[in-house]
Amino acid sequence: MSLSLIRLGALLRKEFIQMRRDRVTFAMMLAVPIMQLLLFGFAINTDPKQLPAALVAPVQDRFTRAMSVALENTGYYRFVAPDATAAEAERLLSQGQVAFVVTVPGNFGERLLRGESPQMLIEADATDPAAASGAISTLGTVGAQALRRELGQPASSAPGPEIVVHRRYNPEGITQYNIVPGLLGIILQMTMVMMTSMALTREIERGTMENLLAMPATPAEIMLGKIAPFIGVGAVQMLVIIGAAGMIFDVPFIGSPWLLFSGVLAFVLVLVLLGYLISTMARTQMQAMQLSIFIFLPSVLLSGFMFPFRGMPGWAQVLGEVLPVTHLLRLVRAVMLKGAQPGDVAGHFLALAIMAVVLGTLALFRFRKTLD
Amino acid sequence: MTAIPETAISIHGLTKSFSGRKVVDDVSLQVAGGEIAGFLGPNGSGKTTCIRMICGLLTPDAGTGTVLGLDVLRHQRQIRRQVGYMTQRFSFYEDLSIEENLNFVAGLYHLPRQVVADTLADLGLTSRRRQLAGSLSGGWKQRLALAACIMHKPRLLLLDEPTAGVDPKARRQFWDEIHQRAAGGMTVLVSTHYMDEAERCHRIHYIAYGRLVISGTVAEVIANAGLTTLTVETAEPGQLAARLRRAPGVDQVEPFGTSLHVTGSDPAALRAALAAHDATGTAAETSLEDVFIRLMGQSDDNIR
Repeated sequence: MSLSLIRLGALLRKEFIQMRRDRVTFAMMLAVPIMQLLLFGFAINTDPKQLPAALVAPVQDRFTRAMSVALENTGYYRFVAPDATAAEAERLLSQGQVAFVVTVPGNFGERLLRGESPQMLIEADATDPAAASGAISTLGTVGAQALRRELGQPASSAPGPEIVVHRRYNPEGITQYNIVPGLLGIILQMTMVMMTSMALTREIERGTMENLLAMPATPAEIMLGKIAPFIGVGAVQMLVIIGAAGMIFDVPFIGSPWLLFSGVLAFVLVLVLLGYLISTMARTQMQAMQLSIFIFLPSVLLSGFMFPFRGMPGWAQVLGEVLPVTHLLRLVRAVMLKGAQPGDVAGHFLALAIMAVVLGTLALFRFRKTLD
Repeated sequence: MTAIPETAISIHGLTKSFSGRKVVDDVSLQVAGGEIAGFLGPNGSGKTTCIRMICGLLTPDAGTGTVLGLDVLRHQRQIRRQVGYMTQRFSFYEDLSIEENLNFVAGLYHLPRQVVADTLADLGLTSRRRQLAGSLSGGWKQRLALAACIMHKPRLLLLDEPTAGVDPKARRQFWDEIHQRAAGGMTVLVSTHYMDEAERCHRIHYIAYGRLVISGTVAEVIANAGLTTLTVETAEPGQLAARLRRAPGVDQVEPFGTSLHVTGSDPAALRAALAAHDATGTAAETSLEDVFIRLMGQSDDNIR
């Protein structure tokens, strides 16, 4: 059998014609790489700066001011709560509103002036060890230098203030503590959206859609019928992953399991609705698959799963806030690692609820009741 | 349920275009209650599109009409409840068993489970009810589809080429079933390519290139066509047919074994053409097929 160029040419022509006819695939082949390259290229930054911090200092004097200015000058810290009480700061840290809490005791300046070596506490949210590491590494030297400058002491003279760093929620900085709960969101995102995105396209491809539409089922009934089984599948996946997180990876589980389960179920509901919306738009299962992947990539890269959320520029953070998995990641980490209370994660529940309503409405609106 | 309405289907000027091409063009159609109406026409003539508009699966671009007294434009949902529609392609779930498919349909129509059991018994499928629908032969798939479509006792049954790919025995059984249902008051609109099936309908409607060409009983359609058909016995049908096809006054020549069916609209011209080729014909009945082939040719000319 020889290679015939004429036969090969015929095969190539046919492939190109088919590629051109499938406009969605063609557009995705060209547009998606460019879009994602620009999006992720500019958005991802593994050394986040301008991390929000709270300052707890009952007595605000020149030392506390010098300290906060010096920390802000490093570019890593931004004091969003410059005069918080200890309780407020604890709440902000637990809700993830600040990444650091700097606590300066009331007699700090006094003891420093007496030539003693007072302690100052910096608590870091170490649920994502990578995100906090850069900021923590600059702490000791910068803080000490600033105070010595304020005292007029040479840099080398002793004794100086002692800076104590607490890595909260994950004292050993174990990466699995961050990644494994995150994987719960990512795995669910991948399987749920992809499975439900085939829901209607499969009916269309097999020719059963015409019959389904001819029978008296309403669009809402069809949608609920399609998504409900997958909510069950999602619940099983959740139990498997959480079980594995505890048994294999020794990830601590401090918070309420019920809060976690209801959060994950809300997330699964959003995912299946998203998948169903895709299935109302895609014409073939192939297109549904491509659209799912198109949404999956930013969910991994811009949600704070793989790279620190606070490292991204503002526009990318806005984009990240719209991704359901972003809210799930924060919710899961808050409940599992920080023992967050319902009030702490209410915002994420609200965000997921809004997404569910919007996606469900869009899907019902997009659903074609006729074959037009 | 109300009594059978006088007219089950009454549509006027139904029109539908797909990407600028008129697939159904100004079709008007009346089907009386309890009647079996045949919908005929070549492939791509708009039969399926028409049926889909009647059962509310497609929205007409123009036209008005009622189906079972309900407006085709405004009451699509109510129409779907009272109509049974059997699609051209088998559109039940091949990965569900026979019984599971019927249970599914019964659930959508709020039918009690007993209806499924009765339907399985009627079909003679009770023992095979756990077999996957995908593993059924063409004839059985068609019987299953029909059973599923009439389980909710629709007042109007729309069948889109129901017997394509079904053997003659199964087709006969199928038509017996249709006639029984019609006798029970169900109205049936059935599209088909087969002339023998057209002849089983009370009235036929012929559609070509989206336009309704003729409506009437089989006898009316044949009489209105005004065709004369002669049977010519010949030893060499192939050669004679080739020559006659070119002769003036001859519209169609169809070989049937050793004889030819020669059809024309002018009896004198037809006999003259035969005489010119040393052939004699005996008068024969014009068949529905002869009429349709002529109609198809005419519509073809009109389009060009």
